[in-house]
This record gives sequence, C-alpha cells and structure tokens, in this order.
Amino acid sequence: MAWFKREGGELDTSGEKKVRTEGLWVKCDQCRQIIWKKDLAENLNVCPKCDRHFRIDARTRLAHLLDDNQYEVEDDNLSSTDPLKFVDLKSYRQRLQQAQGDSGLKDAVINARGKLEGRPVIVSAMEYSFIGGSMGAVVGEAIARAVERATDSQTPLVIVSASGGARMMEGVVSLMQLAKISAALARMHEARVPYVSVLTDPTTGGVTASYAMLGDLNIAEPGALIGFAGPRVIEQTIRQKLPEGFQRSEFLLEHGMLDAVVHRKQLKPYIARALAFMAAA
Amino acid sequence: MKRVAVTTKHGGAGTGTARAREGSDGVFAVSEFLLSMVESLWAASLDGRQDKMESAIKAQHELERIEQQIEQLESLAGDNQAAHRKLQQLHERVNALRLQIYAHLNAWEKTELARHPQRPYLLDYVERIFTDWSELHGDRAFGDDPAIICGMARFHGDEVLVLGHQKARDTKQKVYRNFGMPNPEGYRKALRAMHMAEKFGRPIFTFVDTPGAYPGLGAEERGQAEAIARNLREMARLKVPIVTTITGEGGSGGALAIAVADRVLMMENAIYSVISPEGCASIMWRDAGKKELAAQALRITASDLRELGCVDEIVAEPEGGAHRDHDAAAALLDAALQKNYCPLKKIPAPEIVATRYNKFRQMAQFFHEE
Ligand SMILES: [Zn+2]
Repeated sequence: MAWFKREGGELDTSGEKKVRTEGLWVKCDQCRQIIWKKDLAENLNVCPKCDRHFRIDARTRLAHLLDDNQYEVEDDNLSSTDPLKFVDLKSYRQRLQQAQGDSGLKDAVINARGKLEGRPVIVSAMEYSFIGGSMGAVVGEAIARAVERATDSQTPLVIVSASGGARMMEGVVSLMQLAKISAALARMHEARVPYVSVLTDPTTGGVTASYAMLGDLNIAEPGALIGFAGPRVIEQTIRQKLPEGFQRSEFLLEHGMLDAVVHRKQLKPYIARALAFMAAA
Repeated sequence: MKRVAVTTKHGGAGTGTARAREGSDGVFAVSEFLLSMVESLWAASLDGRQDKMESAIKAQHELERIEQQIEQLESLAGDNQAAHRKLQQLHERVNALRLQIYAHLNAWEKTELARHPQRPYLLDYVERIFTDWSELHGDRAFGDDPAIICGMARFHGDEVLVLGHQKARDTKQKVYRNFGMPNPEGYRKALRAMHMAEKFGRPIFTFVDTPGAYPGLGAEERGQAEAIARNLREMARLKVPIVTTITGEGGSGGALAIAVADRVLMMENAIYSVISPEGCASIMWRDAGKKELAAQALRITASDLRELGCVDEIVAEPEGGAHRDHDAAAALLDAALQKNYCPLKKIPAPEIVATRYNKFRQMAQFFHEE
C-alpha cells in the first residue's frame, strides 16, 4: 500500500480519525473506503460513503461558514510570551515556533468578521493542528476580544471549537483564560447578544468547561468527541472500558447536553436560522 | 513523604527509670549525631554540592525521625534538668533547620504538603473560623454531592455563605467524599446556594481543595463541563462579595469552578494548577515518574501564582505546614479572611461586579502584540 502514509500528529489526544494521505487519495478511517481527495473536499471533507466528518482547519471552516469566503481577520498579531518558560522533552518556545511555521498562524484561533447568509457575524474558529488547539493566553485573549467586540457592536458571535483544552505549557495562566472568557460571556449574555457555540471533533477539557458549553445554542458536528475529561483518563479512573459512542456528539445529545447535532452541510443554514430567531424583534 | 510525627507524650512511660536514663543517653547521642549529619547534608546542598531536591526530601525525613526520638527522650528525661536543657537545644536546632528546609521546598514537596493527610480540610476550618454553621444539601435536580459542602454560617457576626471541597481522612469517609472530587451536582449545588446568598445580599466564602472535578462516566453523562462552565459565568456576575482561599490542592477547572472571586487567597503550601504534576509528566515526559520535574515546570506554588498575578495574597501557615497545628492555621486564615473581606463590605454591588470583571479580564495576559 505504497500510496498511504501516516500523518504525524503531535499531541493528538484522541489518536483517532486520522486521515491517511499521500497524493490524491485518502482512506476513510471509518468505512475504509478509498476516496479521491477532490471529491472529499467538494463534500466539505465529509466521507461521501459513510458521512464521517473529517477534521478541517480553521481557514477551511471560515470558508464554509462565511459568505463568498470573504472576511476580515482580527487579532492575528498576538503571540505567546511563554510565561512559564516551560521545558519538557522539548521547549515550549520550540513547539510554538514549529506550530507557527506549519500553520502560518500565531496561535490556535482565527478571529474573523464577515457575513453569514447576509447577516454580519463574528466567528472565532479554532485550529486543532496548532498544539492540539490548546488554549493559552493568546487564545484566551483573542476569544475574549471577539466576545467583547460582539457585545459592543451587538453582532452575533459564533465560536467553532476544536481543542484538547487548556494549554499545559502555560500552566495556570491557561486555566485563568477559562475565567476570563466566561466573564466576558456573562456580559454578552446580559447584553442579549446571540452566541452560537459549535463543537467539533475534538472539544475537551477547559474549552468544553468554559465557552464551548455556554452558547445560547450548543450544537455539534456528528461523531465529534466532546467531554470534560479525556476518555483515557476516565478509563484509568473507573478501571473499565467505556461504552461504544461514549462522549460522542450523539451521546451528548441523548443526555441533554446539546441543542442539536448538525451535519456539516447543514451547519451554515442552521446557524443562519438560529440567528434569525435571536435577532432583535 | 512520611507522615510527620504527631506529638506523642507516651514515649517510654512505664519502663524502669534507671534503665530509661541509661537508654536515653544512647538515644540522645544518636539524635545529636543524626541531627548534625542532616545539618551538614543540608549545608552541602545549599552550596550546590548535591542535588538540592533530593537532599531536602532526605533532610525532611531525617528530621521527622529525630523529632520522634527527641519526644521519646523527653518522656524519659524525668526531672533531669541537664537533659532537658540539652533537649531544648536539640529542639531549637531542629526548628531552625526545618525553617531553612521549608523555605527551600520545591514544587513537588509543596504538592505533598498540599495533599498531606493531616492537612486541615474545610470542616476543620469551619469549626474554628465560623459560627452557627447550617449545611445546605442538594442541587435540586439530581442529588447531593458530599465532595462539595455548602452552608449558612456567621463570620465574626456577619451572615455569610461558606462552601468548598471537602476531603476526608479515613477510608470510608474518603470514598463518601469521593476524595474531594465533585460530580456536576456538586458544582450545581454550589451555584444554587450562591444564587440564594446573592438574593439575600450575603457574601460568599469559598474554599478550594480538590485534585480536580471527578473524571467519571456519570459525571460526563450529567455534564461536568457544562456545570463548571456555568459556574464560571455566573460567579463572574454575582452581586455580592466573594472571597476564595486555595487551602490545599487547586486542581484545574474543578477548582476554578468555585474560585472566580474578588479576592483569591492561597495558603503558603497550597498548589494551584491546570493539571496534576503526575498527569503532566505522563503526557509531556511520557513518564509519570517525572512528576517532580513537571511540578517545577508547571509553576504551581503560592509564590509562583502570586508572581504570575493569579492570586492576590499568600496566607502564612504555622511553622512546618498547616497540618502541624490546625488551630494556628485557622487563626492565620481567619485574620487573612478578615483583612480581605472587610474592605469589600463597603463597595456597592455594581462596582464589585465591575471590579471582578476587570480583575479576571486583565489576569494572565501573557502575549506580545505586534
Ligand atoms: Zn467513510
């Protein structure tokens, strides 16, 4: 099988759903079918055979959601100061530089302002490939700014989460971002500005335990891993295997944690419909 | 870490006095010899001639042993004044050395102190600092979580709400309290109690001591993440003063979920972290054994948190740590709570909320802006 190559995903906490790729073909890890890449892209990176929703990057997400792929990027000038001077097997500084080089982003989120089916919106889209989409001081600040901007300008906010949670290498600094963003969301809530939280694969840890669960609507793509604790940590704690489908979108829907599970193709019209409902009467 | 000896006054009572005198001389010499060894080892570590962390741990263990011996000797010494004077000198040397060692404790040693089984837990503080405690149970939806306790109480005469994590010491109670790891209903109970306090204009005192929110199947099913998130948002806008103290382990989101406060205090030997040192070690070093390294790298001690601007004040503990003297620890905490709470009483509600917002908005801003 010479045309397949495993992608090296650093800090991929789930270890699943990897698109094996080289050249023009990919193999779906769910149905094992071989798909032509162009077909996959045209199908919004959803497997045409089995509907598996592959992970997509922040720019692709914005292209899907915003009219004519037109938007203004904000807060892209923020970068981490490495507050702990954290070093494990590698230095955090090196990890950051590598992620910045690979992604062309300064950190794990893009703040964009554009239109969604004609309505002005602010969208924060998280970039999972940037150190597992983890949230440190930069993601915290960027999202807090997006929330404040939405509040001040009475513009609906959409946050698309894809994150392993708080960024360990920023320690307690990353933890405090949860409080910061949640406080900003409290104000937005009081100002009655619409907020739709979109949870995509994966959304776990501190991101779930703050803004991802605080939308007026919390909606998820099918099959996304969503939870507070990671599945492995839970297995180690309770010393038993987790049931099939545990912590997947459909499981959360069943337990009353989500408003809806929405297919990627329906995501934009669904959000537009929600924003119409929430628009000032 | 070995358990620090709790004072035992029954050392050699009942043994023959003459034999005891003889024995005491021997033990005395051994104690003195050990102590001087520990002192020189410690001095060597300060000169950088040895690994500091390792020798601090060793020194602590030795000190504990020496202390036990001194206590035994005391009961043997009877009315021998010379022996008592010598013992007194030994005591002073032990104390001086302990102070030095504690001043150099590293993050892992603090972690062990923060988790010390004899460390005071919330109910120990409640009975020493507050009066008229009446516990409130249940989240009005699913159940009552014993890992978080809430209650009406009086603080120097003021009606207040007290809530926080509750750990336990014996096995049965530990299981009952789930090792201080709340389920979603614990956070929801805390929130409904806080809303009740707000309704009646009562200030809130919260106390944090948890390894983290419980990572269990039921917890996920019932929305652990949602419960924490909601607390974070709601605490940010409660119109009454909130004072939080990190008393032991500040375990990530499970700690923060009751710690969005106007004043955040942290006890000298408490830790506050986004992940446990063991968890960080197994992810970043792929080896849980690297917990000491991880503890250091994560910067989880009270002085780290103060430097990073994530807590307002460090609350001193009795010499050697809060576990050595619960009354003294409570008295120090009481004074710190009064100092931090009293000024908040005079601030009008809208200003309290605005100030709290700005505090968390400006906290932990570590970025360049080009
Ligand atoms: Zn497929």
